[in-house]
Amino acid sequence: MADKQLTEQDIVAGLAEIVEEVAGVAQDEVTKEKSFVDDLDIDSLSMVEIAVQAEDKFGVKIPDDELANLKTVGDAVAYVANNS
Amino acid sequence: MSNADVVVTGLGATTPLGGDVESTWDGLLAGRSGVARLDEDWVERFDLPVKIAARLAVEPSEVLPRVEARRLDRSEQVAMIAARQAWQDAGFGDGNADDVDPERLGVVVGTGIGGATTLLNMDDLLETSGLRKVSPLTVPMLMPNGPAAYVGLELKARAGVHAPVSACASGAEAIAMAWRMLRTGEADVVVAGGAEACIAAITMAGFAQSRTMSTRNDDPVAASRPWDVERDGFVLGEGAGIVVLERAEYAKARGARIYASLAGIGTSADSYHITAPDPEGTGQARAMAAALRTGDIDPARVGHVNAHATSTPVGDVTETVAVRKAIGEHPVLTAPKSALGHLLGAAGAVESVSTVLSLYHGLIPPTQNLNEIDPGVSHDIVTGEPRKVDLDVAINDSFGFGGHNVSLAFAAV
Repeated sequence: MADKQLTEQDIVAGLAEIVEEVAGVAQDEVTKEKSFVDDLDIDSLSMVEIAVQAEDKFGVKIPDDELANLKTVGDAVAYVANNS
Repeated sequence: MSNADVVVTGLGATTPLGGDVESTWDGLLAGRSGVARLDEDWVERFDLPVKIAARLAVEPSEVLPRVEARRLDRSEQVAMIAARQAWQDAGFGDGNADDVDPERLGVVVGTGIGGATTLLNMDDLLETSGLRKVSPLTVPMLMPNGPAAYVGLELKARAGVHAPVSACASGAEAIAMAWRMLRTGEADVVVAGGAEACIAAITMAGFAQSRTMSTRNDDPVAASRPWDVERDGFVLGEGAGIVVLERAEYAKARGARIYASLAGIGTSADSYHITAPDPEGTGQARAMAAALRTGDIDPARVGHVNAHATSTPVGDVTETVAVRKAIGEHPVLTAPKSALGHLLGAAGAVESVSTVLSLYHGLIPPTQNLNEIDPGVSHDIVTGEPRKVDLDVAINDSFGFGGHNVSLAFAAV
């Protein structure tokens, strides 16, 4: 379950681990301003995997219509921060 | 050789004998076996009557980047490995102007079973952990056109990407289809072959229930013994073989090394029984005759047949009857499945690599475990040491469950 003390830095680091595991992107490449599709070259199939792993890691629900709005790493960080 | 001919310029393979063409070929010549006892827990759990198989010599996950390996079914992994080897062997892939126009490049890669292990794993996940754990890559991993599609994507092939599925003839049928694409002018270069990786409890159980596999569990290296009187079935294997085929004119213009030509191809169907071959070998003989006819080859020129011979009691002799009918008594035979096991949809492609190397090096690898030849067989079969021969034409046969017959006639250049 989600740790209520999660900082923004914790969320970025957690997402970076997932993105590296699923898509092979180096963790230090995963920064808030990056677009998943345009900058990190992550396709829609991998985004589904990343969302499922993020749900487990941060104890959030990411419905498909919300997932479509998470364009950048920063979008995902804000979503997790506001919903965990 | 005319400019319209089809030539072989690149070879790739990963097999139970080795992770590349060189180690596989060395293993065939040296009489090594890729067959071993399986150590998976399900062998004992289900008390399977067959406890042996020919696993890959080199794990694909040790060769591929981690993320690529996790996105691909094992059958797709081996296809990618063999395709990259073949592409490089043909002198492509260094990113220079020599690379092929994508719209003139085709891919044909067949498989017999496809992503069966992915299907099983994902079904397990669905049952145990629910929908969320099912990978969004499930379908591209299990679809039988997956190996072809991923190779096509990698090479940016846009002249056509195809995936023939004809059980144990799939790999050979892919090469036959590539020949047609080149002869009709649809492409200048076609990357073709087969991939298979379906060793799992259910496939082992299913084949065992059909009573087509060897149960010589206490002596795995002796289990695959084509034409021997004590043969008792085939041994399941896994792997991939890929060849690069080109229009001769194109290959010559770029100064490519040419291993051999694919002079003719023949396909036919038995439509006799779903698994058993027509015992008269009529359909198989028609495939061989068609390969000679399309290649304008006199039967006397055929010095060697790289046989399908899987080590089943029925099939092995039938094939020699067909060879006698279509070609004659003179070709020297060998059965690479005695070393490799049966790679199903990859068999015809890996064995085409072996056939091409026999022509190129003038060497036929031995058939292993042939201690006492079946009295129904009268051909000269290479055993013991590799045989040095000066070959003009060599034929590779592949036959599949469903009555699919494919013969490929390769010629020295």
